[in-house]
Amino acid sequence: MNAARTVAVIFRREFAGYFASPVAYVFLIVFLALAGALTFFIGNFFQRNQADLDSFFVFHPWVYLFLMPAIAMRLWAEERKTGTVELLFTLPIATWHAVAGKFLAAWLFAGVALALTFPIWITVASLGSPDHGPIIAGYIGSFLMAGGYLAIGSCLSATTRNQVIAFVLAAIVCFAFSMAGAEVVLGPVRDILPQDFVNLVASFSFLNHFAEMRKGTIDLRNLLYFLSVIGVFLFATVLVLDLRKAE
Amino acid sequence: MIEVQSLTKHFGPIRAVDGVSFSVAKGEVLGFLGPNGAGKSTTMKMIAGFIAPTAGAAAVCGHDIRTAPIAAKARLGYLPEGAPLYADMTARGFLNFIGASRGLRGAERAKAVGRAVEIAQLDTVLDQPIETLSKGFTRRVGLAQALLHDPDVLILDEPTDGLDPNQKHHVRQVINDMAPDKAIVISTHILEEVHAVCSRAMIIDHGRLLADSTPAELEARARRHNTVTLRTLAMPPDGERAALGQLDGVLGIEAGGAAGEPVFRVIPQEGANVLPAVTAFVAEKGWKVDELRLEQGRLDDVFRELTAGGAAGRDAEAAQ
Repeated sequence: MNAARTVAVIFRREFAGYFASPVAYVFLIVFLALAGALTFFIGNFFQRNQADLDSFFVFHPWVYLFLMPAIAMRLWAEERKTGTVELLFTLPIATWHAVAGKFLAAWLFAGVALALTFPIWITVASLGSPDHGPIIAGYIGSFLMAGGYLAIGSCLSATTRNQVIAFVLAAIVCFAFSMAGAEVVLGPVRDILPQDFVNLVASFSFLNHFAEMRKGTIDLRNLLYFLSVIGVFLFATVLVLDLRKAE
Repeated sequence: MIEVQSLTKHFGPIRAVDGVSFSVAKGEVLGFLGPNGAGKSTTMKMIAGFIAPTAGAAAVCGHDIRTAPIAAKARLGYLPEGAPLYADMTARGFLNFIGASRGLRGAERAKAVGRAVEIAQLDTVLDQPIETLSKGFTRRVGLAQALLHDPDVLILDEPTDGLDPNQKHHVRQVINDMAPDKAIVISTHILEEVHAVCSRAMIIDHGRLLADSTPAELEARARRHNTVTLRTLAMPPDGERAALGQLDGVLGIEAGGAAGEPVFRVIPQEGANVLPAVTAFVAEKGWKVDELRLEQGRLDDVFRELTAGGAAGRDAEAAQ
């Protein structure tokens, strides 16, 4: 059977699994409420009097920091806890088929959550005449960034049988990636390592890459950055599973 | 159809499986026996391709599980220990998922699912979520999943664990029905099951193979095999009892009941059948016989004799 079809079979089961419990709907409501509240109350959407969605997108890294690990934590930890991982990996499929299928399901679920924020776009479009370029770029950037967080979450979910541990580990690593460009991370790095290395660490920042995309420039480098983060962490997920799935 | 060569698995310093070799041909039902922690499940997991062996090789239908895992797994049906299933799915949804991931589509898949449902008798619970099913039904969903694609090789880890006697009987019936055209390996610690379904039995302990033969041959190795148990109405005189012990082929006699009870076990020398001689002797002496029975030798005894050393060793290790 070809790889795409196998990935699709895993993807379908996993995606349907999100909606099999009320957790998915709770998640969607929390995400929408949080994104809305931050935009209007903290971001001062109306007071800024600007026809753009910057006050909406600027909070996405912080919302994702907790919500993406929450989506990703069950990906592998649950399979390992219930033992279904043994069932899954004695089917005639390769490890990466399962990793890709599950990741895509989580990513699409995050995409659904993001897509449901469309009323805010309608709001800004009916109140003013915004430049739609940065908004589209912002949505694309936000979706890619969500994928990055989810890939990190997938990898850490594979290391443990406990979903809470998976969540905490993923939140910590996601935080480090978000803050890589900020002084809180760069300060200690600068003390012990040369400037070239500091620049390298800074270039790993989700915040910086996302900020560039929000401005409306879909730079190939930013696309490649997020896609490589996804690729690297999914590859790491495959390695972790091959080494530890039976433990 | 299953080839296993010096399969070995170490977990840190523990040798869970230590150089096990065997092969299973079409039509054979191999029963894997052993105490808990003997290495049965680990061996099965290695053949099914879930964990990688430390050394040695396993092949399913000629496909090495390490170099051609997908081809090997495609020909294998596997029921993991405890039958883990996706509990949030319905039985129908789950079987369709297994069929799809095994590359079955459309009418072909519907036919395969229908057949598996019929064999496992699941038609009444098809649309219930698996988490709401009883243990018996859950186990049968696991069985249906394993034989969905009509595989040449079936590996079932404790397929009747936790089932009631009727359900056990049904599962054994299913295995027997399939046996002629498949190679089947089951693990169990219910010894009567070996009689009911297995054409061959292997005893494994400490990761090593201790015995490999038919259930009947294994029983013949029991100390009490062909022992004649005799119960009389009254205690016979001492001299006559001693004479019984002197008969041809008799190794000795021992008391078979509580002290003073007229029950004796006549233990034969290896391979001898002493029943005719004992019957003739009893008739000649005019003993009033209440019960006369030829013991078959119990698999339990063989199992205990072979693995007791291992258990004692384990206790000693634990005590250190």
